[in-house]
Amino acid sequence: MTAPAQGVLRSWLEQMILIRLAEDKVMEIYMQGLVPGTVHLCQGQEAASVGAIGALTADDWLLCTYRGHHHALARGMGLEAFFAEIMGRDSGACGGMGGSSYVIDASLGMIGSPAIIGAGIPVATGAGMTARLRGEDRIAMCFFGDGACNIGAFHEALNMAQLWRSQVVFCIENNQYGEYTPFRDSTALPPEAPIAHRATAYGMAHTVVDGQDAVAVHEVVAQARASAVAGDGPTLIEARTYRYRGHSRTDPGAYRPPGELDAWRQRDPIGILAERIGAAGEVEDIRERLQQEVDDAAARAATGPWPTLEQARGYVFAD
Amino acid sequence: MSSPTESSPPSPAGAEVITYREAIRLALDDAMAADETVLLLGEDIAKAGGPFKTTVGLYEKYGAGRVFDTPIAENGFCGIALGMALTGLRPVTEIMFSDFLPTAFDAIAMELPRWRFMSGGQTSAPVTVRASGGGGGRFGAQTSSTGESWFLQFYGLKVAAAGSPQGAYGLLRAAIAHNNPVVVFDHKAMHLRKGPVVRGDDQLAEVGKAVVVRPGSDVTVVASLLMVHRSLEAAEELAEEGIDVEVIDVSWLRPLDMATVAESVARTGRLVIAEEQYHDGGWGSAIISRLATSGSALAAPPVAVSMPEVLISHSPPLEDAMIPSAARIADAVRSVRA
Repeated sequence: MTAPAQGVLRSWLEQMILIRLAEDKVMEIYMQGLVPGTVHLCQGQEAASVGAIGALTADDWLLCTYRGHHHALARGMGLEAFFAEIMGRDSGACGGMGGSSYVIDASLGMIGSPAIIGAGIPVATGAGMTARLRGEDRIAMCFFGDGACNIGAFHEALNMAQLWRSQVVFCIENNQYGEYTPFRDSTALPPEAPIAHRATAYGMAHTVVDGQDAVAVHEVVAQARASAVAGDGPTLIEARTYRYRGHSRTDPGAYRPPGELDAWRQRDPIGILAERIGAAGEVEDIRERLQQEVDDAAARAATGPWPTLEQARGYVFAD
Repeated sequence: MSSPTESSPPSPAGAEVITYREAIRLALDDAMAADETVLLLGEDIAKAGGPFKTTVGLYEKYGAGRVFDTPIAENGFCGIALGMALTGLRPVTEIMFSDFLPTAFDAIAMELPRWRFMSGGQTSAPVTVRASGGGGGRFGAQTSSTGESWFLQFYGLKVAAAGSPQGAYGLLRAAIAHNNPVVVFDHKAMHLRKGPVVRGDDQLAEVGKAVVVRPGSDVTVVASLLMVHRSLEAAEELAEEGIDVEVIDVSWLRPLDMATVAESVARTGRLVIAEEQYHDGGWGSAIISRLATSGSALAAPPVAVSMPEVLISHSPPLEDAMIPSAARIADAVRSVRA
């Protein structure tokens, strides 16, 4: 696989900083009472989405999850539509019907982001089957967390995806915790084995990657994409990463052992990419510039109109 | 327009007399011929032709890219169908026994009906889910439910139930052509019953339209699935007593065709529901509720002929006592006339 050009890496760095600032902004506007419900934030997981999505083409489909803000922004969603959706406004990406857990733009190939754990895994498998049946150079990229690997939909979908050589790439963002529980307390595996090891039960290719390193993630996803399109079947990728915040807004993450968060912060994905491209000295300047964009977009989003009941009715059924 | 049934001769022009099961198979065949994006997913439906023989010959005719033998993994393959539908295909899943629908509850109840809504109308999910239900086969507690009302609270789904061979054909064709998810129920005990069926791309049932299968002036009976047939039997018996029964095949449980029901009840003033399910929480109680809340005046309290509140058994006398018979329906009609 060709390594990404310097200009591409630079754009990834900016995307990751943008995602970090946007997530911090979501937290801020939540505290201001501008966000209904709850939010599931992804600070710390930026490299897994940016590196993976960087390996996709414009035609590829994406299945995301309720912790999916980074996927939407990495795929190119505009900030105002993003914030407005989280605020439940008509001007949001989904007309205010999806909320924080369902921020998608179908015109960017984002075809769903269910709040039900694991529900997107069969759906991505089906999209990958469409590509396979039509012989298209196209895949479905499926993101989910470590917690999704214990639900039936995961196993049912992996079995069929491999049987039928669906053009799908599965990416577990293993952020160490399924809700409030460390993944090793809920996931039966051979000692020290990664979750991706479960692919072996289905004869499926699998790999573990440093999820804090966008370049490493990009490389394995690009390989997996090529295999899927070639008809060699899906790959189960486990990107090892970390969620700086708790599961949802009300979770302070008190169950984490002392020092764990700090240790992961030493391997911050933004810092790792900045070092790699020799841009560590520019991160602050980029932050300042993007902070203004984020602030402006969130302020505009907060003035968006509320959706009407009539609009909501219109969204249920297609003509 | 009156839909033909085996007890409503003469057959309409162009009709062939075929089994209900064959009507299902031909609906799938004709839908696949009419639209190359239609494909089938289900257990044993490809090489084996289907556990209920509803797909015989389709694998041979359309090939492995259109007819898929799935693993026994209903939730998984219904979710796969959703992914196919979101990306331009029009899948039909076969769930075999209705009683297996709950294994796919997340995909059918929580994903299919809500996916488009959550996206603000950006996506659509034209998936048809088929299931064969109903008692009479001595199959016992976990393979005898009709299941027809289980999804009524999952707004976003449309739900159909076939009460005749023509219904089996037309409802399935309509569901497959529809741009929203539809669950289509058929009844196992009707698979070998014959009736006239008119096929063709102009024979799609109208979504949300009930069918008056026997016009009458004294009592309205609204029925689904096998109960349509038993209501017609009861009506023949009652005709000899001078009671003129109108039988409506409800056909769509979501959306309910209240206009057809209300018009009939306005004429007869008397209503009997015939349903192979528990009454509470089903389409039959929804009809009574809607009539009551809309102020429809009935000459007598409505009666629901439903399943008694016990679970179904494979033991023949018990199963026979549970599933409403033509005699019970006839008694109910007499009681609302009294």
